[in-house]
Amino acid sequence: MILLGELSLWVSLLMAIWMTTVSYAGGATRRGELVQSGQRATYATLFFVIMASIGLWTALFSHDFSLKFVASYTSANLPKVYLFSAFWAGQSGSLLFWCLILAVYSAIAVYANRTRNRELMPWVTGTLGVILIFFIGTILFAANPYERMEWVPPDGRGMNPQLQNPGMAIHPPMLYLGWVGTAIPFAFAIGALVTRRLDTEWLAAIRRWSLISWFFLTIGLVLGMWWAYVELGWGGYWAWDPVENAPLTSWLCQTAFLHSIMIQEKRGMLRKWNVTLVIAAFLLSILGTFLTRSGVIESVHSFAQSPIGNYFSTFLILIFVLTTILVMTRLKDMEAKAQLESMVSREAAFLYNNLVLVGIAFSVLWGTLFPIISEAVRGTKITVGPPFFNSVNVPLGLGLLALTGIGPLIAWRRASIENVRRQFVFPIASGLATGGILMAFGMRAFSPIVAYILVGFVVGTIAQEFFKGTRARMRMYAENVVLASLRLIGNNRRRYGGYIVHLGVAMIFAAFAGFAFKKEFDISLKSGEVFRATDPFGHKWTFTSQGVSEYKRLNRYVTAVGLAVTRDGKPMQVLTSEKRQHVDSNDQPTFEPSTEVGLYETTMQDVYLVFSGMIGPDQAEMRLSFNPLVWWVWYGGMVMAIGGLIVMWPQAEKKRQGGYVTVLTPGAETLAPAGAGAQ
Amino acid sequence: MNTRSKFLLGGLLILGTASFLAAKSTAATAQFYLTPHELAERLKADDSFRDNGMKVGGRVVPGTIVKSAGNKEVRFVMRDTMPNSDARFTVVYKGIIPDTFTDSVDVVVEGRLDAGNTFQATVLLAKCASRYENAPGKPGYKPGTEGGHPTDVPKGPSPAPQT
Repeated sequence: MILLGELSLWVSLLMAIWMTTVSYAGGATRRGELVQSGQRATYATLFFVIMASIGLWTALFSHDFSLKFVASYTSANLPKVYLFSAFWAGQSGSLLFWCLILAVYSAIAVYANRTRNRELMPWVTGTLGVILIFFIGTILFAANPYERMEWVPPDGRGMNPQLQNPGMAIHPPMLYLGWVGTAIPFAFAIGALVTRRLDTEWLAAIRRWSLISWFFLTIGLVLGMWWAYVELGWGGYWAWDPVENAPLTSWLCQTAFLHSIMIQEKRGMLRKWNVTLVIAAFLLSILGTFLTRSGVIESVHSFAQSPIGNYFSTFLILIFVLTTILVMTRLKDMEAKAQLESMVSREAAFLYNNLVLVGIAFSVLWGTLFPIISEAVRGTKITVGPPFFNSVNVPLGLGLLALTGIGPLIAWRRASIENVRRQFVFPIASGLATGGILMAFGMRAFSPIVAYILVGFVVGTIAQEFFKGTRARMRMYAENVVLASLRLIGNNRRRYGGYIVHLGVAMIFAAFAGFAFKKEFDISLKSGEVFRATDPFGHKWTFTSQGVSEYKRLNRYVTAVGLAVTRDGKPMQVLTSEKRQHVDSNDQPTFEPSTEVGLYETTMQDVYLVFSGMIGPDQAEMRLSFNPLVWWVWYGGMVMAIGGLIVMWPQAEKKRQGGYVTVLTPGAETLAPAGAGAQ
Repeated sequence: MNTRSKFLLGGLLILGTASFLAAKSTAATAQFYLTPHELAERLKADDSFRDNGMKVGGRVVPGTIVKSAGNKEVRFVMRDTMPNSDARFTVVYKGIIPDTFTDSVDVVVEGRLDAGNTFQATVLLAKCASRYENAPGKPGYKPGTEGGHPTDVPKGPSPAPQT
């Protein structure tokens, strides 16, 4: 099976080459049998990539340590679940995983469009083939998971204990599902550019793909934050590390696109911009895969050492140049069909939202690549740290939050004074009330207060939209509140799903702003000693050391410290933090000891305990912190994902709007299900 | 002034603000990122270079790690990742020591060089060694020197995000 897998990988390369060649040829000569052949080659490529993947999984599960990959990332005593996820624990395996997802996506895209978009499809298929060729080729020639070793070690080195965490087992697949998802819209963009069919046809074909990609990127980002928070033990969830920034930039581009696509659908504007965003999102995904998998940023010398570096940079430059030429020669096919009519219109709000999103993406990319840029330009590596990202992105992020609240409130084309006045009163009041309450409770820090006023504003906007829509339904159809609000969402999934996503965004912004009030203590306690502290909300806490215990579990030795906790005199749970020493099957230590943080989570704050070491037999050194509102990041992420699902969920295509211009004032639009009579 | 130019003005304002913030913060937070060898060269050229805050990336010299009781302070000697220079610096770091910090691991320290040529680090990142393949079968292989960290997140205390 393992040998079969290795051979399949080679065959899949041939299939992908066939797929590209005949599809492009079929597209150029308009010969149907070539196009058909290209589509069948897509399915064949998928089959062989699956075989290659099964081969690697077989090797992992059968502990075939003659494979360098298996010996490097697993050991005989590794739990089964992590044998499965070891597939993407190393560079070569994760590239194969990229291929696997891309092959699956390609086959689905080809199948779903077997009777639709016939003009575009040969070019789409061919372009997907090019990307597959690149990845399969890179795997075969630079990072092969089937690489053998000169001798077979008795046991592998095992998996890094920090990866032995459920979050880390699913975080990379989510991220990859998101990243690879940008390839399909990209292929459609190429198809549309080549055939000059740059109307809304290709946009309709990729809207759901963009959403899928966005959905998985969102989950991947939040899971990554969660993993960093519970596993790395430094007490935060976002450190502006290149590996976090890379998916963030793709996500920002996707988010911008999901907004600007609406303008093109409704008004026929922003056509060049949309093509550019789709291409940029794809290039950033490739760049992100490269950055996270090669270590170019951190190590001064690793670029030359990393075998995949040349492949990726060549591919990136090639794609960049070719797409630029393609876009440049098609500019006149992408003239806008309408003009911006007023600054006070939803188009304008969306345009500004796009600029801010892209501005954030660009500044994050700039900060991330700065070490490389400075080394190339000045010969010295210069880095910028978290202060850079914070000072740039706090103002931009707040601007974005304001636009999140403004956008849904103003009408398309041109909003009247009356419209603006009627729509804005409640959200603005909601924002000011939020700020006022917080200041009454003694909050004085400037940025957080601005953030909370805007959060209140956004939540006010969403509440008002739901309230108006539900009330309209209740009046028109005599439905009760629950039924009316459910049908409201069900019949306008894009709109109300979008608002739910906005609600998640507001929750996450609230959490970010709250994190500024984190309190941290370094403490050292003998058994029985007590530490007292006051949290950011004014509660009084005591922590009494229960002493240190040592025991053995599964594949590790554990040293644990326990603290009995009381809040305002009431006993809470015992907080435990562990140092784990992982061992191999012969009881020999592997890896460095790892830390398990102790967490007491509530909606308002987390109590976070990190065990750092011992002085003598009994005295434990620890770092303790109160981390406000962290819960809201995880649940905000969940709300965003749910909103995304609602938007994506297929809806019967009974009342698709034709044409570009349908002027609807917000509020009135919710009556649309009633049919034409509502207007 | 028509709507189009008004909009363009607004757009330029946003992009201008973004670029201005980026440029200003770049200048305010930029730090040199050097190897011990490069640091030694720069000190030779200009001794006042030590007054800059900087990042230095290199490798721990095996056997030089001295940890205080309770793991709250560590002192070690650092050299270049590539054995191309004799430059070595003693580093002192106070704070929580990352789990992955050990003999001959790659580290990045952030801080200042004091008058006695000791590097006073405020941040210590120990890099997960997955990128620095030291495979079984090659000379120098030691069990446990390589992990399978997929994303190369530097581990260790980092400043909290404040967005």
